[in-house]
Parts: sequence; structure tokens; C-alpha cells
Amino acid sequence: MPTVDFAIGIGGEAGQGIATPGDILARIFARRGLNLNAYNAYQSIIRGGHTFLTIRCGNGPVRSMGDKLDVLIPLNQDTMDRHLKLLRAGACVIFDGDKLKPGPAAEGVQICAMPMKQLCGANKLGANTVAVAAVLQMLGIEFQPLEDVLSRQFKKKGEAVIAENVNVARAGYEFAAKNFKAFPFKAPNLGKGMAVLTGNQAIAMGGVAAGVKFYAAYPMSPSTGVLMWMAAHARQLGIMVRQVEDEIGVMNMVIGAAHAGCRAMCATSGGGFALMTEAVGMAGMIETPVVCVDVQRAGPATGVPTKTEQGDLWQALGAGQGDYPRIIVAPSTQLDLFNSIPELFNLCDKYQCPGLVLSDLLISEGTASVNPDDLNFKAKIERGDIIFPNGNGNGNGNGEGANAFSGYNDNAYLRYKNTESGISPRAVPGVPGHIYVAATDEHDEDGTLISDEFTNPAKRRMMVEKRARKMETVVNQITPPKLVGPDNAMVTLVGWGSTEGVIREAVEKLASEEGVVANQLHIKWIVPFHVEEITRILSRSKRIIIVENNYSGQFARYLRSETGIAAHGHVRKYDGEPFMPHHIVNAVKEQLAGATNLSVPTHEIYV
Amino acid sequence: MSTVTVVEEAPKQAAQLTKDSYKGKIHPDWCPGCGDFSVLSALQAALFELGLKPNQVLVVSGIGCSSNLPGFINTYGMHTLHGRSLAVATGAKLANHELKVICTGGDGDGYGIGGNHFVHTMRRNIDLTYIVMDNQIYGLTTGQVSPTSVKGMKTKSSPHGSVENPINPMPMAIVGGATYVARGFSGKQKHLVELIKGAIMHPGFALVDVFSPCVTYNKDNTYQWFTPRVKALEDQGHDPTDFRAAMDKAFMWGDEIPIGLFWKRTDLPSLEDLEPVLHEGGPLAYRELGITDEQAKAVIKELL
Repeated sequence: MPTVDFAIGIGGEAGQGIATPGDILARIFARRGLNLNAYNAYQSIIRGGHTFLTIRCGNGPVRSMGDKLDVLIPLNQDTMDRHLKLLRAGACVIFDGDKLKPGPAAEGVQICAMPMKQLCGANKLGANTVAVAAVLQMLGIEFQPLEDVLSRQFKKKGEAVIAENVNVARAGYEFAAKNFKAFPFKAPNLGKGMAVLTGNQAIAMGGVAAGVKFYAAYPMSPSTGVLMWMAAHARQLGIMVRQVEDEIGVMNMVIGAAHAGCRAMCATSGGGFALMTEAVGMAGMIETPVVCVDVQRAGPATGVPTKTEQGDLWQALGAGQGDYPRIIVAPSTQLDLFNSIPELFNLCDKYQCPGLVLSDLLISEGTASVNPDDLNFKAKIERGDIIFPNGNGNGNGNGEGANAFSGYNDNAYLRYKNTESGISPRAVPGVPGHIYVAATDEHDEDGTLISDEFTNPAKRRMMVEKRARKMETVVNQITPPKLVGPDNAMVTLVGWGSTEGVIREAVEKLASEEGVVANQLHIKWIVPFHVEEITRILSRSKRIIIVENNYSGQFARYLRSETGIAAHGHVRKYDGEPFMPHHIVNAVKEQLAGATNLSVPTHEIYV
Repeated sequence: MSTVTVVEEAPKQAAQLTKDSYKGKIHPDWCPGCGDFSVLSALQAALFELGLKPNQVLVVSGIGCSSNLPGFINTYGMHTLHGRSLAVATGAKLANHELKVICTGGDGDGYGIGGNHFVHTMRRNIDLTYIVMDNQIYGLTTGQVSPTSVKGMKTKSSPHGSVENPINPMPMAIVGGATYVARGFSGKQKHLVELIKGAIMHPGFALVDVFSPCVTYNKDNTYQWFTPRVKALEDQGHDPTDFRAAMDKAFMWGDEIPIGLFWKRTDLPSLEDLEPVLHEGGPLAYRELGITDEQAKAVIKELL
């Protein structure tokens, strides 16, 4: 049983420096081996507004930002006014006593005013560090780890700056020891340090593990982190990274690179993905493997750029005109994102089709700790039937070799050969004797257009079926979803993508606090869909409730369209903020009581 | 399962290159008399004269009459989406910078729907050759006004005469960052071959805009209209390194319309030159996938 589970909230205006103390705390906790989940609620503004970072830690699994705050660090009065009233007994608020006034607080909330002017001296930016030091002291963490992290943080600014910050931190640490009541628990040190990463970093690193050599993007929140990581590491890792004029250009460029033989990837958000979709269809038509990540945000149109939503499911399902095979996956955690990218690339290479990843702001910008040993950069790489030229004299020219020497007008190679599997060996440009045209017009097996002079219904049918046939076996290559929890539960909670963790916590809370036995079925692979397994599991469920971060129940509709199963109830949230466990717990309770079959939880915190 | 086949080049058995080596499987389905026939022939002649093997060349087009060209030439080809040839070609070129990548298309494809890519591809100075078969009309959609249709031109979508100013691709390319800017005419094929050869061998972004008359839908800008007007810059002692002279010539239109090489500079690095990732290790597309253990360790260390 986990013994420690605490959450810290830091809030203020954008530009007040919330990220730095957040990073410092996250790093210190992760280095102690604690599990961690952090979520930053912010707005589309560079200076001003209200930004609120929640860091939750524990020695058990930490799957969401949780329901409660133990420490509030308001950097301005607005944050104090918004959040203090939500603190419960045992929590504390740490703030600049010279500047901020605490309002009414619940009984048992420790009010920790710090004389910042006195503690910081000349260091005007030191207040955040002082507050961090105080928190660490109250959590029973020794001073040294903070000194280490500060040294790292200010390394580039020189020894003097490091010393100044360490001194200020020490003053805060000592003041807290003298004046504040420590927490009844101590944050343990579990020995093995954890790695801390955002989902966007995980996506980029997953691309690296997959062997991505070409990455292109147009900046768009909340996907930009992928571009920034890739750009920062491009030269070190030998990756071509381009910022392109628009997302149309991005996807077309990625397809060009993939067609030429690179593993190529891009990430965007829903608006950018909308621009890409015609080209996604091109990848389907010319059978080029590409991977595109849609980091969903609240839409439609510009929507709420800094808020989360699972609103692009049907956009992904319907991306591009016409019928063509694609693979769609919705990973549920940062580590899952990391692992899913190489897996998807292998499938796309094998089946020569586009692969789409549905992430969202919650997990892409959210931070989690992972065991560094789990970040496997030696992922299995399978490139399917692909023909390369021999640039360095080491090739053996097996199989297709005979074609290579028969001259330049060779007709033996059929790029789009109508095979039993639907998969046709793919030559990349440059190979002798395999010349063909990859055309977005419907084409014959050799790439010749059948759309212009004489259309040919039989050939058209053959090619549609050839491409479609590829998808028949994909479902056998991926892991079906599993039911978590007791078989005989009163209710089955179904979700997809980023909500797995919070639903799991809700299931646990229902059992431990409400006496409600629930189980969970979480879906990761959207296309292909494990119709058989899902139908078998859900047909035994007493009550199915679908939890998703959108208005219309996009997944509920998809489940029904694929399996004919209509859920008994729905929990939907579309206010831009992610679910908290209690939202789901309360919704299940009200639905079990027969009050409703559609719950729309209210987000209590105004962030 | 993974079947990565590697095909060896065997120089002894390789066929001798002839002009026919570049002949495509399909006879062009352009209207008889279309200017694009001449552009296709000129491109094939240029490739032959440069001795480029068909498998070392990738021709990328968009959509439209002229964009059907990859099907009619024996090189690797991509027949992409309307307006997107430059973006696709950029990706392909960066993935395999040893390929000669040539984009072909029309004025609507390149200057209309693909205008954004055109502007940005030029400023990158990537080593691509872009041949625009400019017929000043939308042909495949049966005759609508195009971005290069002259003001006043009557088409099916401008029945009272176009009131918009046309794009002039020459000055646009010169100031846009293209480092080889030329204009040819389908009626002067030999001249065009030289322009295309120069463009292919130029280590940067090269635009060859070609007056390629649409004999079906453009009754204004015909062979008969162009022939007496076009004057080769090469016959006039034009210095293509002289920016002002190039701009003066680029704006000429009317009784005398210059064709030839307007502008060329070789003092600027190409995008490939500026990308250290391409400097060693050959084409990205052929490199081994994955990273070393040391690189992986360094990446993970950043997270600890």
C-alpha cells in the first residue's frame, strides 16, 4: 500500500516563473524515486492570466493530478483567492507575507507567511526558491538535493548566481524549520531515481527509438514540445528537422521523405491536422508509411489552445476523402506514447499506410516519472517489404535483383502488385530497374494512371480491394484490450487514450471509499478495433459507463458503430480541464442511484 | 517480418543510355499541339545530355495537365496532390540528397494553390529544379482563369474579363530567393534544353517558367502570339548576375518578352550545404536506424 501521496500547487501569472520551481520540485522528487504526475493549467497568454501547476507525488502509482492539494504556493493574490478556499485540514499555504493576504481558510489549514524581503535580500527573484525550500523542509527532505538541483538549474549563469540562490534557499529552509509545522509524513527516498518527461518529449524520443530521420512541424500548441525537442537534438542524433510554412507543407514533406525511404514523422494539433488530411489520404493512396501525432486540444477552430479535449476521434477516423486503410492508436500515458511510436512505425512500414496517434494536451504537456530502464531505445525495428539500392557494395541483391540489370525501361517490377496480402514490395527512388510513378490518381499495379484516358472499373475495384485487404491482418499484430478489476463488478468504466489513469483511480476510490465494485476496460487501438474481444468483455458487463473528454460522446458512437453496443451511461467533460478522480466517482454514484445516465462533472477549480 | 532487399548496381551489365532511356511507358495524353510535349522532350533531352541515369532522377508533380508529366518519362516519379509538389519534393530531396529531384507542374498548381510552398521553397534555396508549364489557364478543369492569366482575359470563370493582376513569376522568384531564374518557350526547344540543363546542374533552387501554350482553352496566348514577341536574353548580352538588369528584364511584357536566364547566383549555400546532418553518412534514407547506446544514455540523462 502506498504510504505517501501528496500534491503541491503553484500558481501565478504567466511570466512569474512557475515552471522553474515546478521543474526543481519534480526533479527532486523523481531523484528520490517517487512517482510523479504534473499538470499545468494555463492560458494562451505570454504574460498575465492565471497559471496553475499541480505536482502530485507518491510511493505508489500516481496516475493523475488527483483530487486534493497539500501545499499551495500562490505567487500572486489572484491565486490565493482562487485556491485557498479549496484547501482542506492538514494542508498548508506558503506565500510572501509582505505582499499577499490570505483570505478565509478551512480549519486546520496551516497559513505559512514568509518574510520574503528579509529572506531574499537583494535577490528579487528568490521568492519562488524560498517557497520551494520551505516545502522541502516540511516534507522532511534534506537541503542537499535542493542545492544540487539549483546548481544544475543555474549552471549557465555562473558560480555567483548559484551561490546566491543556494543562500536564499537555505534561508527559506531554516525559516520553515523554525516557524512551520512539518507534515506528519516524510517524503521517502526510495533509492533508484526516476526519469521525468512530458508526453511531447516521449513522442519525440519514441520517434528516435523508431529510427525517425526526418521530422517536420509547424508550431501549434500543445504539440510544439515535440518540435522543440527534435530541433534541440537534431544534430546530435542525425535527424533532419524542419519547421515548415504550414501543416499542409509538413505532411507533404514528411510523405516525400518517407517515400524516399526515411522513417518520417510529424506532430500537430487538431487544426493543423485538419490541414494535413488531404495528404494523409495521399499516403494511403501511394502506400507510403508515415506517422502523424495529433495532440488534441479543445476545438473547434482555434478553440481553447491551452486546454485539453478528446475531440478529434472522428476527425482521425475520417481524415482525408475516400476509403483507405490507416492505423489509429490512442496511447494513455507518457511511457505508452514512447513505446507506441516504434510499434506504430513497424505496422505502418509493414502495411504501407499512414499511422495516426491521438494524444492530447493532458498527457503531451503533462509530466510523469518513468523508470529510466523502461525507456528502451533499442526498440524492435521492422521495415516490411522494402527494396533499397546498394550504395556501399554490401548488398546481396536477393529476389528482385534480376530486375536491376535488365536496363532502364524495365517493366517487370510492379510497385502496386496485387498480392494476396495486399502488401506490395516497395522500392525507394534510386534503386536500379524499379522505376515507377507513385500517383495519387488511381493507378494500375505498375503505377500507371487509370483515371485519365480510359478508366477501368475492374482495375479500380482491384486496387481498392488490394489496399483494403492489407488491413485484414493488422488486428492480429496488436495487443487486445484487457478488463482490469473483478469480473462481477457492478459497473464497467470504458475509456480511451489519456483517461486511463484517472479512470483507474476512480475505480480504486469507488472500491475503497464508496463500496462500489467497478472494473475498467481501456481502449488503446482505435483502428483496427478489437471488435471480438471488446464485444466479449462488454457483453458480460452489468452496466457500461463510458468516460470521455468531449461533448458528444465520440467514442461511445464509435463503439456502437463497430460493435453495436450502446453504453448504459456516459460521463463527459468538455470544459477544457481534465477529469479528476472524484468527478468520475461522483458521476458513477449518481448513475448507479438512477439519477441520470449522462453526467457532466463541474470543474471546481477556476484555472 | 521484415524483408529488406538490397539491389546491387552492376555497371558491366547496365544498359547504355540513349534518348529512349527516358521514354515513359505511356504516351502523353495531352491535346495534340499542347506546349507540354515540347517541355517533356526538352527535359528528356536535358537528362540524356547530362548523362543522368533514370533511377537517379525523381520527377515530382502536382495535379493538372502538365502535372501528368511523370507518367510520360522514365524516371522515378511522384504524382502528388494539387499544389504540393514542392513540399513533397523537399522531403524527398532531404531524405536522399543524392537524387536529382525535378518538380514539374502548371501555373495554377505552382503559383495558385501551391503559392505558399513556392515562396518558402525559394527562400530555402534547396537544390531542386522547378519547371512550370505556364499556359495562363486552368486546362484540366476546362478553361478557368489562372494566376498568370493576363488582366482582361475572358475565360469560363471570368466571362467579363479578369479584373485581377496576374502573378509575374520572374521578379517574384528573383526577390524570393531562387538562385536560378529562367523562362523558356515551348516553341524554342533547343533553348529550353539548355535552360533546363543549367537548372538541373545549379546547386540551389532553380525555376524554369515555360510559356507552354494551351491550344484548347487559351486563345489569347498562343504560339502565334508568343513567337514574334519572345527574345532570348542570351542574344542580347544580358548578364544574369546583374540584379537590376534581371529585374528590368523580368518586368518586360508586351511587344517584346524576354526568355532565357534572367538571374543566377552561385555565392549562396544551398539548404543541404547548411544542414550538418547531411554532411556525412550519405543519404538519410539509407542510413541505419536507431541511435547508439551512448546517445541513448545522454538523452535519458537529461531526464534524471
